[in-house]
Amino acid sequence: MTIFMHELRRGRTALLIWAGAISFILGICVLIYPEMSVQMGDVGGMFAEMGGFSEAFGMDRINFGEFIGFFGVECGNVLGLGGAFFAALLGISALAKEEKEHTAEFLLTHPVSRYRIIAGKLCAVIVQIIVLNAVAVCVTALSVLAIGEEAPVKTLALLLLAYFLLQIETAAVTFGISAFLKRGGPGIGIGLAAAFYFMNIIANLVQETKFLKFITPFGYTEGADIITESAIDGRYLAAGMIFAALGIAAAFWRYGGKDIA
Amino acid sequence: MKAIATHDLTKYYGAVRKQSHGGRQNYGKEHGAVRGIEDVSLSVEEGDFFGFIGPNGAGKSTTIRILLGLISATEGRAEIFGQDIRQDRTSLLAQIGYLPSEPFVYQGMRVRDVLRLSAELRKKDCSAEAEELCRRLELDTSRRADELSLGNRKKVGIVCAMQHRPKLYIMDEPTSGLDPLMQREFYALLQERNEEGATVFLSSHILSEVQRYCRHAAVIREGRLMACDSVEKLGHADAKRVTLRCKGDVSLREQAERLKTCLGRTDDGTDAPGMIRNMDAAGDAVSFFYSGEPSLLLKALSELSLADITIAEPDLEEIFMHYYEGGNGQ
Repeated sequence: MTIFMHELRRGRTALLIWAGAISFILGICVLIYPEMSVQMGDVGGMFAEMGGFSEAFGMDRINFGEFIGFFGVECGNVLGLGGAFFAALLGISALAKEEKEHTAEFLLTHPVSRYRIIAGKLCAVIVQIIVLNAVAVCVTALSVLAIGEEAPVKTLALLLLAYFLLQIETAAVTFGISAFLKRGGPGIGIGLAAAFYFMNIIANLVQETKFLKFITPFGYTEGADIITESAIDGRYLAAGMIFAALGIAAAFWRYGGKDIA
Repeated sequence: MKAIATHDLTKYYGAVRKQSHGGRQNYGKEHGAVRGIEDVSLSVEEGDFFGFIGPNGAGKSTTIRILLGLISATEGRAEIFGQDIRQDRTSLLAQIGYLPSEPFVYQGMRVRDVLRLSAELRKKDCSAEAEELCRRLELDTSRRADELSLGNRKKVGIVCAMQHRPKLYIMDEPTSGLDPLMQREFYALLQERNEEGATVFLSSHILSEVQRYCRHAAVIREGRLMACDSVEKLGHADAKRVTLRCKGDVSLREQAERLKTCLGRTDDGTDAPGMIRNMDAAGDAVSFFYSGEPSLLLKALSELSLADITIAEPDLEEIFMHYYEGGNGQ
């Protein structure tokens, strides 16, 4: 519990900034929808016929003129990509920062098992992601109420759940990588999150690379799939959760017996 | 009971275990393994004040890190209070206070928060003890830890290591960064704890502080233990420091050579190497360590033209410097 609370205290400023920034942009996105929908009129059809660009973002399968379609693409990018960056930074620095800041010697020479330290840090990462998403959900709900739009609650909830799981998976995978690093690797975390994002775009564009959707967590947050199917693709989600479990297992295995410099 | 016992402790960084050759494992230096320590067998009795001496890179910190379970030994084992550090690490760490050589810094935290964190990790209320230690070490607990000087960061580490009153203090180069007054206060604290029954194990390359405070000491060089004994015995090696001052126009070098010739052979004419070492001739004086029969030395000296002779115990620093430079100290 001490490690958990300590980690939350250490991360509170970053959490405030990220939650504030993502929620602010998300809220603005929702609030500008009425204005956008008036100006766009029937341009939704045009967005759907932009060939590869439309396919890359799934706009060929959803109506960009409807609120849920707009939310699935625009807001999805904000919470999905922004949240993935935040989760990657949290995960990649969780264990490695102790060696970078010479605090590993301090922490690991107290009577706390390494497994408890890893578990405390992992819980703190997950709770910070939960807080960020809770703020984002509240801001989304308030913004939707403010513009008076009718939104299918189930689809909206599935989209938000998918973004949350995407962040959990990204954090878990980078948490595992963090155990192998001697110094904090924010570049590796951000790079991996960006790579995941572009993998999904490539998989949308090129049929032969569809398998990438099993690797990238953006595969099961595809707005077009969730809106048209009213469900999260179970195959991609299962693959993602396996990667998350492997990341966590790798962290326990590696950090449990690691030589601390 | 032994507070610390290590048995053939060996650590190679980046080691790849190879085939056994004649009962010994070969860790393959050719594969890039870096030597940490080799076959270090050390024994520290409970209640001792023990100094671990060696130059930079000798393996002091590597040994300490193995004792604390921060790194694992490539071979051999380490025990604290009779328990294996790998198997009982968590319970043993509750009885240890450790001060790292490099002070740690938690960005943005105040000193009192760092001290509280350390106490909470030990599930103890150490506030009264921490307050007393901070008073004696003149440490302001309201300051931000990342704004402190090196010496004050070191003090934070000292309070963290001492506030829970452990049975064993492991201090890695504890006085680096502390001013002389604080060094004295720090050792006064350690001596008080030692008198109360705690064991102190400290690494240092400052020989004078080891000589002043420690009862036993070990010397490590290039990863190998060179000597381990009471500080008194280490300081009373059978070698004597002999200093000769020559008369006026007599060639100093010539005198030194004559002496070497005389003492280089025993009475029956056989070689007696190693009786004279570290000979240093400067100005009108020649100085060396002598470790043979006193009568032989006196006989040889009587044949020289000398103005003055001094035969004295070498100080501890001279003996340890000899270990540092590659001798065996005998």
